[in-house]
Amino acid sequence: MTALKKSTGAPGARVLALGAYRPRRRVSNAELAETMDTSDEWIQSRVGIAERRWAAPDETLVEMAVAAGGKALAASGLSPDVVDLVIVASASLRVPIPGIGPLVAHRLGVTRPGAFDLNAGCAGFCYALGLATDSIMAGSVRNAIIIGVERLTDVTDLADRTTAVIFADGAGAMVIGAADEPGIGPVAWGSDGDQHTAIAIPEGLPHMTMAGQAVYRWATTKLTETLLEAMEKAGVGPEDIDVFAPHQANLRIVESMAKKIGFPASTVIARDIVQSGNTSAASVPLALTALLESGEAKSGDTALVLGYGAGLTFAGQVLNLP
Amino acid sequence: MSSTAEIQTGVAEILEEVAGVAPADVSPEKSFTDDLDVDSLSMVEIATAVEDKFGVAIPDDELGNIKTVGDAISYIEKNQG
Repeated sequence: MTALKKSTGAPGARVLALGAYRPRRRVSNAELAETMDTSDEWIQSRVGIAERRWAAPDETLVEMAVAAGGKALAASGLSPDVVDLVIVASASLRVPIPGIGPLVAHRLGVTRPGAFDLNAGCAGFCYALGLATDSIMAGSVRNAIIIGVERLTDVTDLADRTTAVIFADGAGAMVIGAADEPGIGPVAWGSDGDQHTAIAIPEGLPHMTMAGQAVYRWATTKLTETLLEAMEKAGVGPEDIDVFAPHQANLRIVESMAKKIGFPASTVIARDIVQSGNTSAASVPLALTALLESGEAKSGDTALVLGYGAGLTFAGQVLNLP
Repeated sequence: MSSTAEIQTGVAEILEEVAGVAPADVSPEKSFTDDLDVDSLSMVEIATAVEDKFGVAIPDDELGNIKTVGDAISYIEKNQG
């Protein structure tokens, strides 16, 4: 057997920049209450959402992904020609062939990168971040753009008050690159495929269904160990976490997770769901971007992120904010 | 094994902790949803708290059959180890 050359990776990867695209149209709880049997009080007490963004027909997955990715790329200061990998995480792709990753990369001016779509439900962004980080440390990639983008309103029955009040649209992106010291910790990830029907678009049906109680129980009990594992792998503890930004599925899950981990009072808890609804794979970068824009989080802060959702899938890591 | 009265007291403590229900309002005939204003997600939290406190398992499909405080008490009595 001929010996093959070994690739040389970077000692670490770090986040260089973030970017977001929020659809133009804001939809308030009061607006939803006009067309379905619900109320602002009901929605706020059950899921903690005050308003969400719904994409217009021209705000396609590709357009939103390009907008968010473009902002992150510009903020990173990188030239597109040093980007080798573009991953688009989405659970709301309606066309299986072709994937949109190569087109999004092309539109961003990135020439001939590794580019593909990744569907790990609401965990997609953190799965992509894990893959891209490992690719940089393995030496197959110098810099990567990771984008989470969703048009969940395309797969939601907007007359069903149990899901229409929750799911929303948007895109968030991150540019990461090689670093001398790790700025992104190892991913803690996995799946519970025995619950694959808990969040699903049942075959032959156009819309998503969710076993709310089962998912809530899973998220508030099983995922605590994933958060602890992500911190342990990065060599930090709850006291080191400046920002906790889990997937914005339900404000009560966010609060329950934060309580179980026991962060110090100074830890900023992402509550972007209040303004953005549940945007699945886009929620983590959207939440981080919102905190950086508002000044609640700052450059150099240590953040703990976690994605979890359909599959069921989950992935979390610790990272330093750009 | 906890007695019926101990179980009711334990359930009342959990209801107060999870959903802010006054212990005096808790009696076997009360419906969690209709009388005590406990929503479906709080029911999950109550179920996991009951599991921890009494060492019983309440799967999601069983949870749907527990509608009153009395249902919860008899479920715990029947399943506690």
